[in-house]
Amino acid sequence: MNDMTPIAKVQTTLKDWETDQEVRWCPGCGDYAILKAVQRTLPEIGADPSKTVFVSGIGCSSRFPYYVESYGFHTIHGRAPAFATGIKLANPELDIWLVTGDGDGMSIGGNHTMHVLRRNLNCQIMLFNNEIYGLTKGQYSPTSRQGTNSPTTPLGSVDRPASPCAFALGAGARFIARGFDVSKELPNVLKAAHAHRGAAFIEIFQNCIVYNKDRFEEFAAPKGAEDRQLWLKNGEPMLFGKGTKGIALDAEALTLKVVDVTDGDWQAAGVIVHDVTNRSIAHMLVEMPFGPFPMALGVLYDDPRPTFEDAVLGQDHQAREGKVADLGKLLAKGQTWTVDDREGHPA
Amino acid sequence: MATQLADQQAQTTNAPEAVVVRFAGDSGDGMQLTGGQFTLSTALAGNDLATFPDFPAEIRAPQGTLFGVSAFQINFGSTEIDTAGDAPDVLVAMNPAALKTNVGALKPGGLIIADTGEFNKRNLEKAKYDVNPLEDGSLAKWQVLAFDISALTLESVKPFGLGNKEALRCKNMWTLGLALWMFDRDRAPLIDWLKGKFAKNQVLADANIAALNAGHAYGETAELGGQIKKIHLDPVASPPGLYRTVTGADAIALGLVAGAQLAELPMFFGGYPITPASSILHSLVRLKEFGVTTFQAEDEIAAICAAIGASYAGQLGVTSSSGPGIALKGEAMGLAVMTELPLVIVNSQRGGPSTGLPTKTEQSDLYQAVYGRNGDAPIPVIAARSPSDAFDCAIEACRIAVQYMTPVILLTDGYIANAAEPWKVPDPATFTPFPVQFLTEKNGGDTLLPYKRDEKGARPWIKAGTPGLMHRIGGIEKAVDTGHLDYSPANHQAQTDARKAKVDGIAKGIPAQEVTLGTEGGKLAVVGWGSTYGPIHQAVRRARTKGLDVSHVHVRHVWPLPEYLGDLLKGYERVLVPEMNTGQFKTVLRDQYLVDAKPLTKTSGQPFTIAEIEAAIEGALS
Repeated sequence: MNDMTPIAKVQTTLKDWETDQEVRWCPGCGDYAILKAVQRTLPEIGADPSKTVFVSGIGCSSRFPYYVESYGFHTIHGRAPAFATGIKLANPELDIWLVTGDGDGMSIGGNHTMHVLRRNLNCQIMLFNNEIYGLTKGQYSPTSRQGTNSPTTPLGSVDRPASPCAFALGAGARFIARGFDVSKELPNVLKAAHAHRGAAFIEIFQNCIVYNKDRFEEFAAPKGAEDRQLWLKNGEPMLFGKGTKGIALDAEALTLKVVDVTDGDWQAAGVIVHDVTNRSIAHMLVEMPFGPFPMALGVLYDDPRPTFEDAVLGQDHQAREGKVADLGKLLAKGQTWTVDDREGHPA
Repeated sequence: MATQLADQQAQTTNAPEAVVVRFAGDSGDGMQLTGGQFTLSTALAGNDLATFPDFPAEIRAPQGTLFGVSAFQINFGSTEIDTAGDAPDVLVAMNPAALKTNVGALKPGGLIIADTGEFNKRNLEKAKYDVNPLEDGSLAKWQVLAFDISALTLESVKPFGLGNKEALRCKNMWTLGLALWMFDRDRAPLIDWLKGKFAKNQVLADANIAALNAGHAYGETAELGGQIKKIHLDPVASPPGLYRTVTGADAIALGLVAGAQLAELPMFFGGYPITPASSILHSLVRLKEFGVTTFQAEDEIAAICAAIGASYAGQLGVTSSSGPGIALKGEAMGLAVMTELPLVIVNSQRGGPSTGLPTKTEQSDLYQAVYGRNGDAPIPVIAARSPSDAFDCAIEACRIAVQYMTPVILLTDGYIANAAEPWKVPDPATFTPFPVQFLTEKNGGDTLLPYKRDEKGARPWIKAGTPGLMHRIGGIEKAVDTGHLDYSPANHQAQTDARKAKVDGIAKGIPAQEVTLGTEGGKLAVVGWGSTYGPIHQAVRRARTKGLDVSHVHVRHVWPLPEYLGDLLKGYERVLVPEMNTGQFKTVLRDQYLVDAKPLTKTSGQPFTIAEIEAAIEGALS
């Protein structure tokens, strides 16, 4: 199989990707911004609406497919990766965007998230992380921080939150990126994810205006953003705070540290140049705690490997080579005997 | 054979019509293999046959234990055979545990062939025998032929220099050789098979062939005290044609392949390992040239979801499991109902609830199939009655799935999955194709109506990726025609009604119910579904021979039920429903037709015997 043939690019505008459906998210929900970012990205990558499929699970984020003028499948809770796998294996030409949330993808569907990443199905996985169950009215989620007050945790949640990017990397993901709903950089992150052949995992911090309002303000707020956001760019030094701070390797502790950069001399400060193919650094970046460190955003890791559908369909193709699908022969396979006309007994 | 049979022979000089042989030994003794090869030789000899493999859930249970006994029963004869036989005429017991767990079933006067080499102190203790039963007279009501098969096997394979353990492994072939002699069978096909099986190890091939020949020669030359005679069963008179043996699992795999071809679709099979359903996946992975893609998913749920995804993209999605796995798939089945996508779900039923009896048979997932989903989620259900019937049922499941845009459940069970019977190889040219027409253009003028129904109530199948037909589907209630989200009361009422009407309407496209054996109307109808076909059929046949007014009605389409079934049942004074559950189909019949159906239930993990059903018939008519 040679699936490296690029899918023919199609000219569209943002309008072409809007459906006639009334969008039913709460006013002010971060999902609106993500929808727009996606609708803005699709024309830029030359996506063909007929060959594009949005597949989702259950939850606020999973309503997404109804609002994109492409093929869309709103499936069941947590299982979108499994549907995507069947769709892609049946037709590898389809460009699949998986839409999930922290509850859908990390809790009930954690198993499928793990396996779609491990197998490396070629698709984009957008995990909208709002650290809460929205559609079921505000219960704490697997990414909620400890102490979260919610209808099911009136005394505060006690369990530790899952880190979606660390989970994804641990599951074997070959592309990890982060963004947030209202970020102007989000389309660029989506483009990079789309350009990656294989499962591209994107954690998108999303503001739940009703149940978890402004949960990400501490790094997402425009004011002071330069000190709290580290936008990673391949081949560029990991600088933030308008170039006054950087991320360096603490060689003794084998961990990352924040260093001051004076007069722009980041080399002297030992600031790391981001190499998206460096898996060790990726591990450190996904674990980098916000607070002492800025929030690592952008493409954290990008190192493609052969995809699942290429492997499966390639093997199918090989197994079929030189064989004729003769049903009659198949049915008569094995040791047979003939009953003749006269006696009704084996000849 | 058994005294009765031997007597019969002496009196009539005719061979018996049918013989039941049970091979029993340790899980590691190769009893399933022995049985399988004996089956093949029986088939090649032209006898009709039915088999019943009965093995423990443990892969290699501790040697010599009672729970580690693996057995294989075969009923073969010169007349039509529908069941694996009630009671064996011959029991081959490879160790004390095999004797203890199986001798109770042996016919009085039946023959026990036992390997004395295994009746040592240790094995007797493991089988909880205080005294060697071969020596204490406790087997007096049977004939016992006990000799040291172990030693004879070791002797026969001596020239090949195998280790003791490996040499003893040839015991099953020695025993098979003796059995072949007893029933006047040709050894050549088995020798060919052994050569193929051990193609990479000439020594093992030679040793096994030597053991087979030695067992055969032993029958030919040894003085067996007149207990054992060579028996020749005439071939059964069968319609002319090409035959082979087939198990239910094989037949389903072949039927699915045929069904996909008749629909002119590639097939996508999503599965997850589970006993006794895995063998369908094992078969299909080897059939890729038939356009089959298989996917071993991370769990049962992913297996069905991937299959639905493949259907959405235009392939025939199929998934398969057993009870516990089917339970997990329930929510996804509901999605397939809601999105009206074709899907075939095969349930190889086993004893339940929960893990239950993984390797034993039961029919207790009927409620789950017919009723077991949230919401009003009607799904057609088809039940195979025998291994060869499973082939036709698999094709039928594919047909209904694609013609009605619906998931279809195909019920089989552990007994059918593993059992083998002769099968007249069908000619694909005789199958009726049902090619799928995907929607390629908008069907509502300028607009696309993904939920516009045809005369059967089915919506169009729109392959994801079709230019210009972008649309969204999902599990939320769909508006009539447009498929947009619509929770409104009138719409939900309309769509619920439409989904029900569509599935109910399937009954119009299937044959009306007929009497399987007997007459329309009368004193008693015995109504069955699935694998109880064999024992019911034979029991009714015997009862009718005795002059009893009883008929057999066997139902293939469990949901929706075939037309005329209700009227047919009302024509009998009594209705008896034998099932390997606590009376599930009985409930469906009562509910649908207000008939006073009486249950005959069995949940021992073993199929019904003919005698059990015969007794119930006599009871019902007395």
